[in-house]
Amino acid sequence: DDKLLSEPLSHPDFFNVKELFSLKDLFDARVHLGHKKGCRHRFMEPYIFGCRLDQDIIDLDQTMQHLQLALNFTAHIAYRKGIILFISRKRQFCHLVESTARECGEYAHTRYWQGGLLTNAHIQFGPGVRLPDLLIFLSSLNNIFEPHVAIRDAAKMNIPTVGVVDTNCNPCLISYPIPGNDDSPTAMELYCKLFRMTIIRAKDKRRQSEVFNELR
Amino acid sequence: LRLGGRWSAAGGPRAQALRLIYTTTPVQRKNVGASGPEKYTEEFIKKQIEEFNLGKRHLANMMGEDPETFTQEDIDRAVAYLFPSGLFDKQARPMMKHPTEIFPEQRKIQWGEDGRPFHFLFYTGKQSYYSLMHETYEKLLNVQKYQDQLTAQDLLPQKEKKNLAGSRWLTKIELEEMLLEKLSDDDYSRFIQLLEKLMTLPCVDMEEKHIRKFSKEVPTQLKKVVIEPLKYDERGVAFSTGEGTRKTAKATVVVYDNGTGKITVNGIDILHYFPVLQDREQLLFPFQFLDRVGKHDMVCTVSGGGRSTQAGAIRLASAKALRSFVTEKEVEFMRQAGLLTLDPRVKERKKPGQEGARRKFTWKKR
Repeated sequence: DDKLLSEPLSHPDFFNVKELFSLKDLFDARVHLGHKKGCRHRFMEPYIFGCRLDQDIIDLDQTMQHLQLALNFTAHIAYRKGIILFISRKRQFCHLVESTARECGEYAHTRYWQGGLLTNAHIQFGPGVRLPDLLIFLSSLNNIFEPHVAIRDAAKMNIPTVGVVDTNCNPCLISYPIPGNDDSPTAMELYCKLFRMTIIRAKDKRRQSEVFNELR
Repeated sequence: LRLGGRWSAAGGPRAQALRLIYTTTPVQRKNVGASGPEKYTEEFIKKQIEEFNLGKRHLANMMGEDPETFTQEDIDRAVAYLFPSGLFDKQARPMMKHPTEIFPEQRKIQWGEDGRPFHFLFYTGKQSYYSLMHETYEKLLNVQKYQDQLTAQDLLPQKEKKNLAGSRWLTKIELEEMLLEKLSDDDYSRFIQLLEKLMTLPCVDMEEKHIRKFSKEVPTQLKKVVIEPLKYDERGVAFSTGEGTRKTAKATVVVYDNGTGKITVNGIDILHYFPVLQDREQLLFPFQFLDRVGKHDMVCTVSGGGRSTQAGAIRLASAKALRSFVTEKEVEFMRQAGLLTLDPRVKERKKPGQEGARRKFTWKKR
């Protein structure tokens, strides 16, 4: 049982997430397109490649590295049977995100965030509730273009976060930020596809290893 | 219901005192199922069911009936007999019902042994409501996709105007009961807006089953008044009956055709029964309105009320009887003249602190 959990940690890319995406895929899905120069957040400047006709372009090499780290992390969490919660407050993609979560067997929250969901969970849900072990933000702003409350709450409750940060977002409190576009439908579909594939892959691997152990 | 030795021996050792634990259900139906995590555990409900069954058998023995075939209606009758109550509100009277009807459905624990919740929208807080919105939106997308396919082949059907007068959407309370969750007014209005949007699409028939779960039929209030056809007595003369009331007077009238205008009330001629001209004019009005003054005979029976009240009752009854003799247009004229309307005025009650219904006591400055 110990071996089951410690074996994946010895490899840098146990689940081989690098093969799921390439630079060309990211470019075709328009992940590199950011907002205009005026919307730029100060802390996103390291991730920006340049500015063309007032529109920011995100550096896709850095995005590749961050995406690989983030996907690897989610795969490990899914392997260890953690609860993953997808969050996005974009109305356009609410249905897409919920369907992705349902297909993975994980959870989603694309609606109005009630204040005490994470911090006041025992009273809201009942005693003995289990909080999510990872929050994935497919858009880290809420409808008023302010950072989502869940980022701060997750930091308070020691829950790691993975988030797609656009050029107008604050990447500070997110543990694994992924600089990239969160407004285009193609980009969102790409992210959903990648997360879905990693989670399913990790869960299958876990089931295989358990069956392996039982046979021995 | 047999009275007898068994019932009077109710105080004896055999019959326990009938402990009616379930007395009333709340007057304003609070959605107890939505107010929070479990208030009644499963064992509590099971115990209540056992006690209910035991009490049912005792009640049956008390009433002298067979405990095996004692239905809920028998229980209601027995309880109403044993505990007569003069309270107006039916729901405030003593009742004995099965615990599942009294303790409303509760939501059980939402997560499994390993702590993982069952529903994928558990962490939103309102999982049933949001999953309903999700499903309905999915149906909307499916319908739009199908419509796009048809438009590509130019096969889009025209929108037929459906008569929605006989149906309404579920109210907020009914929706809360269906979902076992508390909703806010905003949530409810959003859901109704989504349903309305779905209804506007032409190809919505493929999702009709889903929509029908949320609509209810409203029984149409309009009842067409049936005008009875003419009846013929032994002599071959056409006649028709009518009934009318006014304040406390009730009148039944038979109007015969081919008559001379003779009117009999309770076996007495109207000149003797109604000496006052005003009352006789009231009786004459329907015939005068229809220009049939000397053409009909009338035989009336009237009881209750006073002089002019009885006259008004007979007038209404005769107008109703004359409907059978006359065309629909003239019936409409009669209705507009107010001949067919029941006069709703009754004596207003006297209130405490006042001398009469409206008159107050004399006001003295000091």
